[in-house]
Amino acid sequence: MSARLVESRLTLTVSYLVLAVGAFIALFPIALLVLNSLKPAAQIVQNPLALPNPIRWENFVHAWKDAKFSQTFVNSLLLSGTTIFLVCTTCSLSAYVLARQKVASWKIWTFYLLATTTAPIQLYIFPLYFGFAKLGLINNVFGVALIYTALYSPFAVMLLRTYFIAVPKELEEAALIDGANHWQVFSKVMLPIVSPGILTVALIIGLNSWNEFLIATTFLQKADKVTAVIAFYLLSGQYSSDWGEIMAAALIIVVPVVVLFVAMQKRFIEGMAGGSVKG
Amino acid sequence: MHRLYLVPTLIINFVIVLVPALLTIALAFCSWDGISTPTFSGLDNFRALFADGVFWTALTNNIIWTAIFLTVPIAMALLAASMLLIVPRGSNFFQVIYFLPVVIATAITARVWQGMIYSPVTGLFGILHRFGLPLTNPLAQPSTALFGVATVDLWHWWGFLCVIFFAALRQVPQEHIEAARIEGATYSQMMVYVLLPAIRPTITLMLIMTVIWSFLAFDFVYILTQGGPAFSSEVLSTLAYRHAFYDLNVGQAAAAAMVISLFGLVGTFFYVRLQTKEGEQ
Repeated sequence: MSARLVESRLTLTVSYLVLAVGAFIALFPIALLVLNSLKPAAQIVQNPLALPNPIRWENFVHAWKDAKFSQTFVNSLLLSGTTIFLVCTTCSLSAYVLARQKVASWKIWTFYLLATTTAPIQLYIFPLYFGFAKLGLINNVFGVALIYTALYSPFAVMLLRTYFIAVPKELEEAALIDGANHWQVFSKVMLPIVSPGILTVALIIGLNSWNEFLIATTFLQKADKVTAVIAFYLLSGQYSSDWGEIMAAALIIVVPVVVLFVAMQKRFIEGMAGGSVKG
Repeated sequence: MHRLYLVPTLIINFVIVLVPALLTIALAFCSWDGISTPTFSGLDNFRALFADGVFWTALTNNIIWTAIFLTVPIAMALLAASMLLIVPRGSNFFQVIYFLPVVIATAITARVWQGMIYSPVTGLFGILHRFGLPLTNPLAQPSTALFGVATVDLWHWWGFLCVIFFAALRQVPQEHIEAARIEGATYSQMMVYVLLPAIRPTITLMLIMTVIWSFLAFDFVYILTQGGPAFSSEVLSTLAYRHAFYDLNVGQAAAAAMVISLFGLVGTFFYVRLQTKEGEQ
């Protein structure tokens, strides 16, 4: 794709060597995860590096039951789904207005949202928790979805903004001349064009809310209300010391994420880098 | 009418972030257990916080953490990203592999390292120890606990930086690279004179974000060591969390949150300045 930086064979060999070391670092712990999810606990104690012999598929059955995945996966899906829906609807609206400078105060709000991207969770989580407790919103996935929406919105707005800015102004003007009102311009002209951006935001927000730890562990406490990740955390911390079962539970949570990531890698990587690399 | 488009985002933001943040600032000057009525206590929370040795340990740990993350992962990521630019084939394959740790939940990453690598019973360190290598669980020693935790976060984090740097490097104009190559530039000359200056805005942004994120570090410390042993790996965010939810001393937690925010604010200032400057170009 790009012209070569250097041509010597030695440089190339060294480069591949360095890249291979990097790949080994990234994959080694993941390999241990997969390998040991297939072993009984006694084999892991003997040697975590050895191949499973025989393979113990029951780990997955026990993990599924002990981490209550049939319930906690539903919680996770509900939480991620609600967050994706809220972020995509509210942020495409505000990103459009800010990108097109439709309001006089667009600079202030862009500045404000940029600043909240970096606001530490600790700055608002404590009053929020006691407020939620008063309102009976602890153990409520929709309450947590609302927190995630606030948490991820600034990022989503900033990313979607770049997509709206890239749309040629003439399209909007043409639609207005044809007699479309501002809502039709937004929903019929702009939204379809930026839909790839919305999909990217949905993927990244989905991943983040699926994996999130601090807020989920604070606001969801009942065993049947927690997310799959928190159920795994509780299983590995309190209910089980069978590392085969723990790794099996981990694998059950990781596999859908990795499959989705590999299938949609371009979008994930573009979106993650999009906020920080222009062009 | 377009003003209405902003309303949903801003209402959610105000209710979840702005109002509680202002309450935190107020609570930092109050004594509150989370249940009864808060009472104004002036600077007592800050005095108590600054008199607490653990607070200074946590602050020092945050600074060490920042120093580690400003250097090690940035260097690793720059090296790998430049190699990805050099190789004619496979760069996408390697990029996807490096990014895998980023998409795995922190709770899972923490447990894999804890049980499968560090553990003296079920982990790699245990089996290497049996083979005679002098390895002990770094999380169990006060002198190494923080570094043990930081290593896990490093593993989880550097691939993200690598992908971002690689994306930036690919934007460097071909002619610049071509010209340097014709001049016979070596790899290090190419890095120092062509590539690094070209992606400086991206590196600066990542350095600023590293400072901000380093003061927010929570998940791995909380899961792996809970700040122990003997508070040796405590950081400000776990300290604040413990004060609020374990000691029910919300005022002091708020004061600690203010200290975290202070460092964040400095980073945010530079971040916003950089972003708006770029936006105007």
